[in-house]
Amino acid sequence: MDAVSEISSLFNDDPEPEQPGDESRPPREDESPRHEPQHRRPRHHPAERRSIVRSVIGVAGEVLITAGVLVFLFLGWQLWIQGIALNSTQTNEASGLSQQWSAATPAPTAVAPTGAAGSTPTPSAAGSGAAPVVMVAPADTKQFAVLYVPRFGADYKRTVAQGVDAKTVLNGGGAGHYDQSQMPGDMGNFAIAAHRDGWGSPFIKINELQIGDPIYVETQDGWYTYIYRDTEYVSPDGVDVLSAVPQAPTAAATDRLITLTSCNPLYIASERIIAYGVLQSFTPRSDGPPAAIAGLTGKGA
Amino acid sequence: MYSALWRVLPGPLWARILILLVGIAVLLFALSTWVFPLVDNLLTPSQPVTVDQ
Repeated sequence: MDAVSEISSLFNDDPEPEQPGDESRPPREDESPRHEPQHRRPRHHPAERRSIVRSVIGVAGEVLITAGVLVFLFLGWQLWIQGIALNSTQTNEASGLSQQWSAATPAPTAVAPTGAAGSTPTPSAAGSGAAPVVMVAPADTKQFAVLYVPRFGADYKRTVAQGVDAKTVLNGGGAGHYDQSQMPGDMGNFAIAAHRDGWGSPFIKINELQIGDPIYVETQDGWYTYIYRDTEYVSPDGVDVLSAVPQAPTAAATDRLITLTSCNPLYIASERIIAYGVLQSFTPRSDGPPAAIAGLTGKGA
Repeated sequence: MYSALWRVLPGPLWARILILLVGIAVLLFALSTWVFPLVDNLLTPSQPVTVDQ
């Protein structure tokens, strides 16, 4: 049996398909006996082979269809399900940190540095409010701050952990702190990174910030209020945005900045989008959270 | 593959459908809980959103 009739028989459920032309063309005397034995004698064999080939192709087709469905399920999971799960985890973790810090706060004595792991007040003041307290750098991957950006959503809050490793920090749906940059409130640059698309998309609206928008950073010591200043687009190797004075790596720090970095354009990530803010004020924990985020701090999902 | 699965399933039509639905639910749960996070981790580029050298 040739390949064509074997394949055509796959689409025919009749276990013994008739050869085309057998009826329309009467068999000639000389060719009929020659063909008959070839077809008839091993009749059992090709039929069996046909059904094996048919089921192998059938199973292969079903496997391929299943694989395609799995890929679509994965994409759907990555874009929606994972984001929902990560965002609710983030909200709960951020609330947990706030509650933990509030519970650990000693009586309303302004700033009480408590030795080794405690914080030390810096001598100079920043604008209005109390002198910003600068905490010592935490251990790698430790969550040490909560970020509130009302422009990103009325109930938006994300954790900030030390380091920008994708797998251990950023893929958790929060932000990561470039550990070579300064801590919140310090003279210089508090630089953080987060995903723009996927993994909860924490910075998906980074391009929607408007001049004057507040960016709040909460640590164990209190709340740092930064005011959004400007945005810059750089290439992925533009590390100078992390300098104490962005784009001037050798200059001495004169401002207390926050720098948010994420990828740009959305879903392509051939560039980086950089948003800068300037510290406006520091609110010690004993004074309670700034009014704008008072309803958010410590509240679960 | 799936026709064989259908033949293997016991009971009347409604029981087979019920078994299939439960099986699909368990499969989806296992995928989104264990398999997809693993694949996600494997696919992640090393530094997707950070400025780096």
